[in-house]
Amino acid sequence: MLSTREAYGLALANLGNQYDFYVLDADLSKATQTVQFAKKFPERFLDMGIAEANMMDFAAGMSTCGVPVVASTFAAFAAGRAYDQVRNGIAYPDCNVKIGATHGGVMIGADGGSHQCVEDIALMRAIPNMTVLCPCDEFETYACVKAAIEYQGPVYLRFGRMPSPNIYTEGGFTFQIGKGTVISEGEDVTLIGIGDMVSRCFEAAMLLAKIGISAAVIDMASVKPIDEKLIISFAKRTGCIVTAEDHNIIGGLGGAVSELLVRNYPIPVENIGIQDKFGKSGSPEELAEYFGLTVEKIVEASKKVIGRKKVIQ
Amino acid sequence: METGYSIDKLKAIAHDIRVDIIESLHCAGSGHPGGSLSIAEILSVLFFREMNIDPEKPNWEERDRFVLSKGHAAPAYYAALAERGYFDVNLLKTLRQINSPLQGHPDRRKVTGVDMSTGSLGQGISAAAGMACFAKKENKKFRVYCVVGDGEMQEGEVWEALMASAHYGLSNFTVLLDNNNLQIDGSVEKVMSIYPIKEKVEAFGWEVLEVDGHNVDAIIEALAKAKENDITPTFIICKTIKGRGVSYMENQAGWHGAAISDENYEIAMKDLNK
Repeated sequence: MLSTREAYGLALANLGNQYDFYVLDADLSKATQTVQFAKKFPERFLDMGIAEANMMDFAAGMSTCGVPVVASTFAAFAAGRAYDQVRNGIAYPDCNVKIGATHGGVMIGADGGSHQCVEDIALMRAIPNMTVLCPCDEFETYACVKAAIEYQGPVYLRFGRMPSPNIYTEGGFTFQIGKGTVISEGEDVTLIGIGDMVSRCFEAAMLLAKIGISAAVIDMASVKPIDEKLIISFAKRTGCIVTAEDHNIIGGLGGAVSELLVRNYPIPVENIGIQDKFGKSGSPEELAEYFGLTVEKIVEASKKVIGRKKVIQ
Repeated sequence: METGYSIDKLKAIAHDIRVDIIESLHCAGSGHPGGSLSIAEILSVLFFREMNIDPEKPNWEERDRFVLSKGHAAPAYYAALAERGYFDVNLLKTLRQINSPLQGHPDRRKVTGVDMSTGSLGQGISAAAGMACFAKKENKKFRVYCVVGDGEMQEGEVWEALMASAHYGLSNFTVLLDNNNLQIDGSVEKVMSIYPIKEKVEAFGWEVLEVDGHNVDAIIEALAKAKENDITPTFIICKTIKGRGVSYMENQAGWHGAAISDENYEIAMKDLNK
């Protein structure tokens, strides 16, 4: 069981054998784990110092010469501080840059609100040309990093700090940009999660089963483009949905799922996520409790959304 | 693929670039004449003598790169590209119009010959540094040129890029500063002084040269000197006049971004064709 950031570092180091790409970091290579690539391929690693704006455009410029470039820092600095550089320097010119953003969400722990990015998915998702991926475990992380390197164009990858329980097994699944993965089938409610919340959705489904509620679980690592077909088919089947993310409920996975359902097949939706608040210091589990990112909250939301379904019918 | 044009020819091309700038901005009804006119000689020298480029092979991997970090001077850039043969000069009349590839600020996806999209100040210099770094890493022979505005030097990212370029010894990187000393709200000194610029950039580890940015010979000489330096990147302060060549625009901050009326167009053409 690894954190997705550790899996990200390992993936870069591993994929560096197969693919020709550069990795840039802004003095956080130990935290982002790009250090694993740096050790193995020092000639293709550049530390850009604590200067994220320059790093993003520098990466874009390199990429125009015909090589994918990965630029890494914390989500708060990648999507936040360097937003304009990501927008105008990377996405607008459609540059082949992969933004490896670690420490997304509040469950990074004690660093506090300044470092807990709760709006990066919303920011990145709203930029044209941008693909947004948020894997849930080490195996999916490897697959997402590989898919991002193979894809021509800008990709934002979001990773967590703490170890994530394994959902998949090595080589046990395939990942495709634009496709979600059904973790378990169900008939009464569909739980859609990203990142660390996928395992919590899975645990919630097991608790719900004990009280006779059949919950489907979907891992939507490809937040953008999102798997509309899969979501609509489960919306039709189960009639209600709960989304779960370590991110603001505004503009993230919950926003994406709600938007597409309103347009295509309106049904009751409940969003588990940060309720439009900044983060704070604490242990990851204390923070999960404080911000309502728990299995219990997903169970509660499931019951509630099933209740709303009956009212609407 | 240098053209080897004579000094007189390069001066004549700078004149043609100015005429194109006025024509295209007059057609567009908006845009940035002042800072476009100030870089006509710089672009003439770069595109017709200095840079190893080939309009027939705009994506040639070994070509020298150019980034217009002060992207609002796009009319000058488009004029240089058109005059150099990247596209039909008549296209310049479509500047800023719907369906035209000639966007208000350069878009690499739309215009043949544009190596990097720019417009948000401070970003082009970083992208250009990235290109130069790639060439160093991959032992490529190409050089990278970047034109930066003096008002643009107020962006913190410019200094990040200066720091990184010196740190990585990007001696294949030359920045030309369009030092016309005017920005939208007034003189650079008054709005937010960047001076002393020479000392500051030198302190960041660059070789700094100063030239008259309207003197073709001086620009050529400085670029040659930059090529001789194989240790540090080179920063050429080009002293220029905003609105150069058009009487009522010269040294007028108000002509940073303004529409050219029919009457003003006539005067500008007379001034340029004196």
